[in-house]
Amino acid sequence: MTGIGQLVATELRAERHGERSPASIVFLISLWGAMAFAVLCLLVLLVDSFLDGAPRLDIELFTRYTSQVLPERAGARAAILGSAFVIALTAILAIPLGIAAGVYLEEFADARRWYNKLIEVNISNLAAVPAIIYGMLTAGFALAIGMERRVVLAGGIALALLILPVVIIATREAIRSVPQEIRHGSLALGATPLQTVWRQTLPGAIPGIATGSILALSRALGEAAPLLLLGGLVFVNYDPDGLMSGFTTLPIQIFNWASQPQQAFQEVASAAIILMLVLLLIMNALAIVIRNRYQNRW
Amino acid sequence: MGLLKAAAALSVVVTVGIFVSLLIPSIQFFREISPWDFLTGSRWAPTFNNPDFGVLPLITGTLWTTAIGLLIAVPIGLGAAVFLSEYAHERVRRVFKPILEVLAGIPSVVYGYFAVFYVTPVLLQSLFGIEVGTFSVLSAGIVLGIMIIPTVASLSEDSLSAVPRSLREGSYALGANTMRTTLRVVFPAAISGITASIVLALSRAVGETMIVALAAGTAARVVTSPTESGQSMTGFIAQTATGENSPGSLTYNTLFAVGLLLFVITFIINVIAGIIVRRIREVY
Repeated sequence: MTGIGQLVATELRAERHGERSPASIVFLISLWGAMAFAVLCLLVLLVDSFLDGAPRLDIELFTRYTSQVLPERAGARAAILGSAFVIALTAILAIPLGIAAGVYLEEFADARRWYNKLIEVNISNLAAVPAIIYGMLTAGFALAIGMERRVVLAGGIALALLILPVVIIATREAIRSVPQEIRHGSLALGATPLQTVWRQTLPGAIPGIATGSILALSRALGEAAPLLLLGGLVFVNYDPDGLMSGFTTLPIQIFNWASQPQQAFQEVASAAIILMLVLLLIMNALAIVIRNRYQNRW
Repeated sequence: MGLLKAAAALSVVVTVGIFVSLLIPSIQFFREISPWDFLTGSRWAPTFNNPDFGVLPLITGTLWTTAIGLLIAVPIGLGAAVFLSEYAHERVRRVFKPILEVLAGIPSVVYGYFAVFYVTPVLLQSLFGIEVGTFSVLSAGIVLGIMIIPTVASLSEDSLSAVPRSLREGSYALGANTMRTTLRVVFPAAISGITASIVLALSRAVGETMIVALAAGTAARVVTSPTESGQSMTGFIAQTATGENSPGSLTYNTLFAVGLLLFVITFIINVIAGIIVRRIREVY
């Protein structure tokens, strides 16, 4: 007869043994391995592009245009300015539209209506459409209205359409996190639904919307695929000067340089990669700061 | 109010716009090339003197890179997800989750660069001694896999974490250890979310452009081994779009026909993912 104390002791020992059985240990090691692999990939990727690009991380990267004859002195000036123009336009187009659509769906739309259901399904499907398809849409649109497709305006439209679903989804989540009591209080004081949204709900949701929008813009900054469809954006030797100006962007320029055989282009490509990653890091840090500092705790 | 509604309705206009802008050139394309020849032909040479428009080589290119990518991303992504959700302490999670987010935020052109100038020459050729050329579906697939690890990991982790604690405690109470609990209780309970994450990763892999355009090569032929170079659907679109193509020409229309095929394939994958996601919500 085993006493109850003995039984408990056996069980405990069995349990401990279970956690340290060879199978368990192998399992845990393989989990660590998976996590370590992901971390290692990131480290190697960052270190490799830094080592390749550091020697070319000089002032000429910012001041000079790309050059076929002098790859050693090629710079990303046109690409940096082009990215700035296109991203600014993307923000101007996508953020107000995304916020408006998000506000409508979250605050005013009757979810039972068929057309609101259609819009809902549609937005989640749009978020999963491959980026390159947005380039085809923009190229087709430009052709239909007789617009030149190699211009800043077309680039901004393509990227704005790409990130629109992301901004809408971020807006909706931010608005949903504003408690119902705030709206009820505002309505009880006699504000109209529109006033309530404009003066109460939206201000409360701004930090969340800002974070989501910055993250969406950082995706647009790194995206090259839709812009490829706008054609011939690679040899740009002038500054963009308006909506109808030709342009190139950092990721497109990197793509072009990385496809060239010369070693010197590879170096300037990785220098531009470092620059782009630093920009993305700044944007992401900004998003995190906004989220942590201004996030409302209800 | 009307303006807000219009903004929301714009998303439907965008979808219709995608359909129309892909369909019009595609219809012109299929007037010249029969859809049957397009879908079943095994020679893709749209710009040659005796052109052929069999899309199968591009599909094999996409299949190889996607399959290799999933082969990397599914085990690694699931391992990381299980680790973060079931094993890691809060402090460890707070270190590793942002790392995955950073990995997810790196632009794909950077991954493409990494594939051509690091994975192929340093890893595959020097370290492992595999005989690959400058361009191969293997290199593109591996890096594609690295890119979609965060997609698999973060969505799977969400659905693993959503499994109620009581299920785990029930399993522990029956004497199972953490591994057994994870594999026999938590994992099956979260399986629909995990499947959805894999299907979404699949859709991203099929639609990814810059990595395959840089690293897989430009020779469109039926790929039979991973060390060969090949061209995917997106790779063809990227290559042709940057070259000479005036609207209305057959080359231009070919681009959109391939784009339509890509759109239809990813759309089907996304619909499947949507159905799976809707099934999870019924579980709890």
